[in-house]
Amino acid sequence: MGKPHLLVHDREDNVGVVVVEGLTAGTEMLCVVTEDNSDFSLVANADIPIGHKVALRDLTEGETVIKYGEDIGKMVGAAEKGGHVHIHNCKTKRW
Amino acid sequence: MAFDISNITVNAWRRENGRVGVRNHVLILPVDDISNAACEAVANNVKGTLAIPHAYGRLQFGEDLDLHFRTMIGTGANPNVAAVVVIGIEPEWTQVIVDGIAETGKPVTGFSIEQKGDFETIRQASWKAKEYVHWATELQKEPCPISDLWISTKCGESDTTTGLSSCPTVGNMYDKLLPEGIYGCFGETSEITGAEHICVKRAATPEAGEAFMKIFQAYQDEVIEPYKTSDLSDSQPTKGNILGGLTTIEEKALGNLEKIGKSSSYIDAMGPAVAPKKGPGLYFMDTSSAAAECVVLMAAAGYVIHTFPTGQGNVVGNPIVPVIKISGNPRTLRTMSEHIDVDVTGVLTREMTIEDAGDALIDMIVRTANGRNTAAEALGHREFSLTKLYRSA
Repeated sequence: MGKPHLLVHDREDNVGVVVVEGLTAGTEMLCVVTEDNSDFSLVANADIPIGHKVALRDLTEGETVIKYGEDIGKMVGAAEKGGHVHIHNCKTKRW
Repeated sequence: MAFDISNITVNAWRRENGRVGVRNHVLILPVDDISNAACEAVANNVKGTLAIPHAYGRLQFGEDLDLHFRTMIGTGANPNVAAVVVIGIEPEWTQVIVDGIAETGKPVTGFSIEQKGDFETIRQASWKAKEYVHWATELQKEPCPISDLWISTKCGESDTTTGLSSCPTVGNMYDKLLPEGIYGCFGETSEITGAEHICVKRAATPEAGEAFMKIFQAYQDEVIEPYKTSDLSDSQPTKGNILGGLTTIEEKALGNLEKIGKSSSYIDAMGPAVAPKKGPGLYFMDTSSAAAECVVLMAAAGYVIHTFPTGQGNVVGNPIVPVIKISGNPRTLRTMSEHIDVDVTGVLTREMTIEDAGDALIDMIVRTANGRNTAAEALGHREFSLTKLYRSA
């Protein structure tokens, strides 16, 4: 296996984390689930910085975002599969 | 395992009370802010001493004063300190701190400035500091089992890579060393927010879980609820966290908790700068999530080595405790590698397992205990930031 572009903590997660610098839109990403070392591919549809999250499927407003197999907040906008998930479309449910 | 942990020894100083220290400081400790100048003058006169100026110590009262005394006494009592000169403006509070440190059996002498002035205080204290330096520099190290180490942790400038690499590295270290009999400590009450339901399940006993939840709830009720605006007043996650890809406090908290590993559980939850009382094992401490404050509180509880995962690159150090920095973020290793002791970028490229990373950290802990200066020590990071509970009288 080559070096992954994206790591996913848990099979339940609907987002993954970019782990390479300079990822550009259109890149076919090698994605690895750290829980079981399984892999899949996904096309990035935006330039996404290292450390930032990518939607693993289409996410709609109001949906719960899952990372580490846990609820980390909700979508307050939409993200397409392969799109950027961050403060512009995701927020804690707490406040 | 790449090596047999049980047989590892470190060369370190065994103190009068049996505790093991990995540094041998002669500390010049101010009781209060207005005694900083005298302490710094003594440290300038006598090479091999270390003054640790700070901002507080006057007109404090109640629980806040208790915490101040506990922090000062705990810092002087830490096994990384061989001997202490204490200087305060007046004799009574100075003596409280001297008496607290003296319980360890180590040499400690107090001086007060009132009715004497800085010049005479500095003269007297310098003679005592010089005597302590001669004494401390002849103390010999001896082989000590790794189980004698007290190792704390706190992460800073976190990002999504800390939850993937550097925090689980610390967790793996704890999973391996806690069974050997070390003391561990994690804290950061505000950064557990969003993962408190997981943290409470990691208690070894129902009592420890209840003690954690009591601390957590008190923080929510007394601090967050009265003062919050939105996401912890825009400071949790921090701007640095957000730049690094963390979006919510829950996401940050889940990454943070990776530091306690897969199998470790905490045996007690304790107040800030309180020394652990239930024997070897992992403890939760009620601390701020601000790096320097947290490390100071854990050092004052008696921890002698601190492990510090960072994503975006926190540069914190401590005056008496070596702070070992671990990072898995390749951009941080590229742009500010002078701050990082353990490079775990291989975890992100899948060229290094978490097991390997944990072993690399244990190796660095042993080297640090044996005397290797950390990046923070080499760069002179000695942040001595005190936690204050409320404003002074």
